Amino acid sequence: MNTLLVLPILIPLATATVATLSWRKPALDRWLGLLGAAALLGVSIALLWRVRAEGIQAVQVGAWPAPYGITLVADLFAAIMVLLAGLMGLSVAVYSLVSIDRGREVFGYYPLLHVLLAGVCGAFLTGDLFNLYVWFEVMLIASFVLLTLGGERAQLEGAIKYVTLNLLSSAVFLTAVAILYGVTGTLNMADLHNKLATVPAGVTTTVAMLFLITFGIKAAVFPLFFWLPASYHTPPVAVSAIFAGLLTKVGVYALIRVFTLLFLQNPAYTHTLLLWIAGLTMITGVLGAIAQHEFRRVLSFHIVSQIGYMIMGLALFGLSASTPLAAFSLAASIFYIAHHIVVKTNLFLVSGIAHQLRGSYELKDLGGLASRPALAILFLVPALSLAGLPPLSGFFAKLSLIQAAFGGRYFAIAAVALTVSLLTLYSMTKIWIEAFWKPAPSANNGQNAVRDKYHPVLLVPVSALALITLLIGLSAGPVFDLSVEAAQQLQDPRGYLTAVLGETAENQKRFEHDARASLSSPSAASVEVWPRAGDRP
Amino acid sequence: METVLAVVAGGLFAAAFYLMLRRSLVKLVIGLVLLSHAANLAIFTIGGLTRANAPIVALGKMQPDLPTADPLPQALILTAIVISFGVTAFAVVLLQRAYQAVGSDDLDKMNTTDT
Repeated sequence: MNTLLVLPILIPLATATVATLSWRKPALDRWLGLLGAAALLGVSIALLWRVRAEGIQAVQVGAWPAPYGITLVADLFAAIMVLLAGLMGLSVAVYSLVSIDRGREVFGYYPLLHVLLAGVCGAFLTGDLFNLYVWFEVMLIASFVLLTLGGERAQLEGAIKYVTLNLLSSAVFLTAVAILYGVTGTLNMADLHNKLATVPAGVTTTVAMLFLITFGIKAAVFPLFFWLPASYHTPPVAVSAIFAGLLTKVGVYALIRVFTLLFLQNPAYTHTLLLWIAGLTMITGVLGAIAQHEFRRVLSFHIVSQIGYMIMGLALFGLSASTPLAAFSLAASIFYIAHHIVVKTNLFLVSGIAHQLRGSYELKDLGGLASRPALAILFLVPALSLAGLPPLSGFFAKLSLIQAAFGGRYFAIAAVALTVSLLTLYSMTKIWIEAFWKPAPSANNGQNAVRDKYHPVLLVPVSALALITLLIGLSAGPVFDLSVEAAQQLQDPRGYLTAVLGETAENQKRFEHDARASLSSPSAASVEVWPRAGDRP
Repeated sequence: METVLAVVAGGLFAAAFYLMLRRSLVKLVIGLVLLSHAANLAIFTIGGLTRANAPIVALGKMQPDLPTADPLPQALILTAIVISFGVTAFAVVLLQRAYQAVGSDDLDKMNTTDT
């Protein structure tokens, strides 16, 4: 059994358990949280190393053979995402050491943070749709509590929208899973890939739309994003940062997974729709950001806008079918996700430092922060990277996406992407002028405590992430090569199928047989599944 | 039977969405509960309503008495019920706390974080 695949889920869960038991000792909890996050990062690096060296890894949980049991699979894309989750987990755990108040610590901040990480890693690694639903719920429940922990009015109001829309998305997810099971008699994604080939296109497209709505809500695409800017600016900044970095990206990951592995039957419809969604998401997000004058609200709207870019790569992938351009588009998307997670988390963490210094997130109350060159530079690096200035990571992410759009002759979406990136620069400039360049407001309305110092530990994750942004930008070649490899694995699912299902001819024949049976009569197929349980060890 | 259950599931979805679009917090939470019920019923119906034996292998046999009913939809539903139970419990407490904090159960009064 390949333990390396299970560890990214087990480590956070074990950390959460131990940290819950030691809730009376916040100091111990803090160090446990840090230790667990560091271990997760270590394991995720090892996992990526192993997947790159030895190909796609899979493990059948409980030794039930696929497609009957639950499979955990790590291809390069999943391994990259787990690595990013580990990195963000550690950054936020360090940041939390000195920024989370005592009350939240006692009420289980660290256990929840790690349950959240377990849910995120589980969602990245699972090869089973229903299991994906379960990991989504693990992640959601942890995020619900993290969002409301503290119980301030704004938090509760934001949480109502967040909870309602995410539960709605879960219900749609369940319904889509049900239909898929009814049609094919399986929930294993590799097995589904084989069986969906024989299902009528009308049915698959309908189910694809249900999944688009489900993951679209989680990923906050147009027009399903309204929960995000209503809630992300309400919790403590460490929580905002991990949400901003990881949660919506799990939605994007799931979208990419199902729209590359399962739903490629009718790309002219599904992926054209994705392209429209991508464009509209970019535009509405960035326009929303321009209208805002609060640090974290501006950043929240930028999350929405950036999701559009990631979806754009996915849409171009489907529209250019099985050409090399398709892999290139998808690689651009994966590169974009990696860049975005690092940069966005970093910007949120910087907004927290600004808050410590000025006691406010409102841009009008901020100001004069440019007198701290270190902080100013640490803001400028991710901000300019987000806008896409060379030589930072965002430049190469956007460049490759726009190249992909030109390659497929989709000039409209390229124009949208370029315009939106200009508007992003405008928005970052607005924050720069208001928070950093203009003189500090003298009276500060008399209510906000202005402090001279922030805790130096806060700078550790911020500078580490800024450094990573720089490194991704400076070594864009190797990183992009990795993304291309990941994209090729997604484009040609044979490796994935073999890793999950094994490659015996008997297997293949059985899958084809199952697919035919399920097509003729869904309920008959689901009955028929059972007698073969003799295959079990 | 499938038709009846399909209509019932559809009705539950419709009722859930209607309730969630109302302004009252209590109706919102009832809507959430109905929504999870609707999804569970949908799994149950689509999974196939077969009148058959329980899929349990009797002692000394290699396979159960055919035909067997598919146990998987029920396993899925059971998982989903447990999850929705936990989530609903959280939602009820959240809405109660929100009611206390805002002093009203009108969702239109809870728009300070909207943009």
